[in-house]
Amino acid sequence: MTPFLHVVLLTPLLSAAALALVPDWRLAARLNIGASGLTLLAALALFAAPAGATVYLVLDAFNIALIVLTAFVGLTTAVFSAGYIGHEVDSGTLTPRKLRFYHAMYQAFLFTMLLALSANNLGVLWVAVEGATLTTVLMVSLYRTAAAIEAAWKYFILCGVGIALALFGTILIYMAAQPVMGPGLPAMTWTALQEAAARIDPNLLNLAFVFLLIGYGTKVGLAPLHAWLPDAHAEGPTPISAVLSGLLLNVALYAVLRFKMLLAANGAALAPGPLMVTMGLASLLLAGPMLYRRRDVKRFFAYSSIEHMGIITIAFGLGGPLANFAGLLHMAMHSLTKSAIFFAVGHAVQVTGTQKLAGIRGLTVSHPALGWGLLAGVVAIAGLPPFGVFMSEFLLVTSGVAAQPALALALAAGILIAFGALVLRAQQLCFGAPLAETAPLHGTLAPLYAHLALVLTAGVWLPGPLVGWFRTVAALLG
Amino acid sequence: MIDIAYDASHLLGTLVLMTSFALLYQRRLFALLHVFTVQALALAAAAAWQAYAHDDPHLYITAVLTLALKAIAIPVALHRIVQRMNIQRTVEPALGIGLTMLAGVSLVTLSILLVLPVTEGATALTREDLALSLSVVLLGLLMMISRRNAVSQVVGFMSIENGLILAAVGVAGMPLVVEMSIAFSVMVAFIIFGIFLFQIRERFETLDMRRIESFRGESGE
Repeated sequence: MTPFLHVVLLTPLLSAAALALVPDWRLAARLNIGASGLTLLAALALFAAPAGATVYLVLDAFNIALIVLTAFVGLTTAVFSAGYIGHEVDSGTLTPRKLRFYHAMYQAFLFTMLLALSANNLGVLWVAVEGATLTTVLMVSLYRTAAAIEAAWKYFILCGVGIALALFGTILIYMAAQPVMGPGLPAMTWTALQEAAARIDPNLLNLAFVFLLIGYGTKVGLAPLHAWLPDAHAEGPTPISAVLSGLLLNVALYAVLRFKMLLAANGAALAPGPLMVTMGLASLLLAGPMLYRRRDVKRFFAYSSIEHMGIITIAFGLGGPLANFAGLLHMAMHSLTKSAIFFAVGHAVQVTGTQKLAGIRGLTVSHPALGWGLLAGVVAIAGLPPFGVFMSEFLLVTSGVAAQPALALALAAGILIAFGALVLRAQQLCFGAPLAETAPLHGTLAPLYAHLALVLTAGVWLPGPLVGWFRTVAALLG
Repeated sequence: MIDIAYDASHLLGTLVLMTSFALLYQRRLFALLHVFTVQALALAAAAAWQAYAHDDPHLYITAVLTLALKAIAIPVALHRIVQRMNIQRTVEPALGIGLTMLAGVSLVTLSILLVLPVTEGATALTREDLALSLSVVLLGLLMMISRRNAVSQVVGFMSIENGLILAAVGVAGMPLVVEMSIAFSVMVAFIIFGIFLFQIRERFETLDMRRIESFRGESGE
């Protein structure tokens, strides 16, 4: 196992402990950026390292791209966060004491995300996702308003139950594997399970997958288990909304996909496709119309996340090399685009002083760089060329037409409904005359434009190794 | 010949399930906490028995943790919270008791019908243990749905975790990491719940979840 993976995991863990001891929030914000940058450098070094697995950790074609993506979004969000909290402290909504806690929790959250991605053990994966729930619950409740506490409570109850069901599924997987592989750690290790999958009892595997899909699916935000998602996104600090949408949903979906790989390798188990397509389609068709009724800008984009997680789940449910490829690409593109949008929204809320959609108008007039950035982000997430989201959605719909024409129709309808809402709101947010005097911009727009540049690049040209990994994983996913 | 190992673990597992039913119909919060303590004791005994019967010493740790945390520390702390915060001592469940019990019986039937056909290869003990623990998990879910009060929801959540531990100790040789993580998560979960209880008390003057749920966050809609 390459030592860089250990650096990737240890840096955020140690920084979390260290940041809990730093009383000066300005210094803490800089250290937060530094630690995230170090994590990203170590993650980039993984590209040079060979794939490998130990009992607890694994590095393979599936998780390497996601680890780097997570480290990258972690860094850009830390940069955004430094400007964001500066404004919050000036306006008195956050105290330095809370920020000490916030920075420690931010690094702890990054650690759980990276641990979940690099875990080779079902138990470690579960503990990591559970830890991610705890840290994000604490951060969502940071503002201590009635709405924030209500959101955090709802999040905790729903995801707590989801996590419990996922653990039950994990125990079932072990039960299924234990007669074949003997008691002990191998029966909970991805790489060992993957090799022995064909000999495992398919019935227990099926039952386990249902629990795992519902359990981890709650964290993905799939309908009808999505109720926590809009509240948690809207009431917490905006950097947290960005990492919730950009990282947490992906990691939960990654867990589901690992288990799907097991089922695919088993052969005799039920095809998980129909289950996933149903949940994905329900999310897409529910979130699309709901977009029109949102009055809160962060809630609006949270529903858009539900929509996109629905699209990705449909892609993996459809299966086949092309749809799986589209799903993987869409995971990466959505993560980058949605966090970019939340950066822009965070700035927009701070300059206008309101989270209501009706209160934000004419951003391109009052703050051109911010307004055009937000517009580009919304255009990208709506699925227009030349951005990367267009490419993955196009791939998915075309592969859907070939496999299931009726389903492709529903999928296209869902995407179009959401498209209408996004264009409508983007036009209101970005154009027209500003409603009132706006405050100057705090912090830098660099994270926003860095994400947009990557999404644009991916829409035009994908690097060869990335295509290679995605192909390998798409084949494994079945 | 009587198989003591089988009978004893069966008895203890059933005891956990019975206390789950008892949790469903308690109206007074203190009585609810007492029943939860009994459930935790039964679970600790079940874990200890499995440790003894399978000669699996690390399960003793699970038993001791369950005993210390769930049978002693958590009920005591919740008692204090209820007393200090002067919460209404009796709670009306959202569903009628008859209806709740009926739903509970159907859930147990469901889990038996679900588990027995898919585990034909496993030993009788494993199969029944799994059916029992799935029932406990589902009854815990039912309790969280049928109760509006925050303390009862916490108890429902923890009884779900009890069901999970029951499942984990019933499977031979489950690595320690899982039990440890369960124990850990319960502890952390409890701390968080505790914080929440206080915060909710500050904001809403009552621990009745109906008031909180009526708050939609998106005022003006």
